[in-house]
Amino acid sequence: MYSKGLVPLAAATVVTLATALTLVFFYAPLDADQGFVQKIFYVHVPMAIVALGGFVAGGIFGIRHLRSGDPSWDLRSYVAIHMSIILGLGVLVTGAIWAKASWGHWWVWDEPVLVSFLVVFLLYCVYYPLRFAIEDPERQARYSSVFAIAAGAFVPLNFMAVRLAEAYTHPRVLSQTGGSLPGEMRLTFLIALLGMTLLFVTLWKLELTAKHASLQLKRLKRRRAERETVAA
Amino acid sequence: MPALPLDEAGKYVAAAYVVFLTLILIYVAIIAAKIARIDRDISELAEDDE
Repeated sequence: MYSKGLVPLAAATVVTLATALTLVFFYAPLDADQGFVQKIFYVHVPMAIVALGGFVAGGIFGIRHLRSGDPSWDLRSYVAIHMSIILGLGVLVTGAIWAKASWGHWWVWDEPVLVSFLVVFLLYCVYYPLRFAIEDPERQARYSSVFAIAAGAFVPLNFMAVRLAEAYTHPRVLSQTGGSLPGEMRLTFLIALLGMTLLFVTLWKLELTAKHASLQLKRLKRRRAERETVAA
Repeated sequence: MPALPLDEAGKYVAAAYVVFLTLILIYVAIIAAKIARIDRDISELAEDDE
């Protein structure tokens, strides 16, 4: 069901990420201001964009679940949020490494982009206790979807608020006017972003496949147990 | 702050990419373990049915 097209998708992911890494280290020029440290951006920023996109996608799947009542949409929402939290952890760690190299500190509390991302990350960490505190599967799915929608709406609002408030404090990689990236850097960044997106979709489908197989197996075991009870 | 020299910056860049790779590898290993467990359970079910 979910595994359709997984192999070509995985192959495309590997090729794109390998191309991106080659471009990062052998094609993209060194940044005049930050030097070699700027190479962190090719993994940090795409991870952040894809993680935030995954949170929003989780909200959209939550809407579809509430509208249709189909639990498969809740599963999609859960896996998208799960994947985004993993990437979010990567964003925070790689961001801290970059901050240490660039500013001399692992974390800067007066940097709105950093702190707002941490707020979003912590908000989504609440998703797990909320979800698994509810035993009834239908209520669990419904409440999780409501959370996914509310939090998913918060993500772009938070992003826009930070951009409006502090336009010049954090390095802007892309903007409507083209940002400050020259052609080679922009191409490298876009390939890295494509690779990260493909990685997200591949792992999302992989986890969905595993979860679906696990659910089917549980169903089979339950049916078998019921048959055995009837036979006895 | 001025840009770090290449030998100094290299360890930070390497650390960032290693973090990314480690996260993905751990994630894939967990999913692989889950799939292996499902495979074992299916094999047990199939054996019981025979």
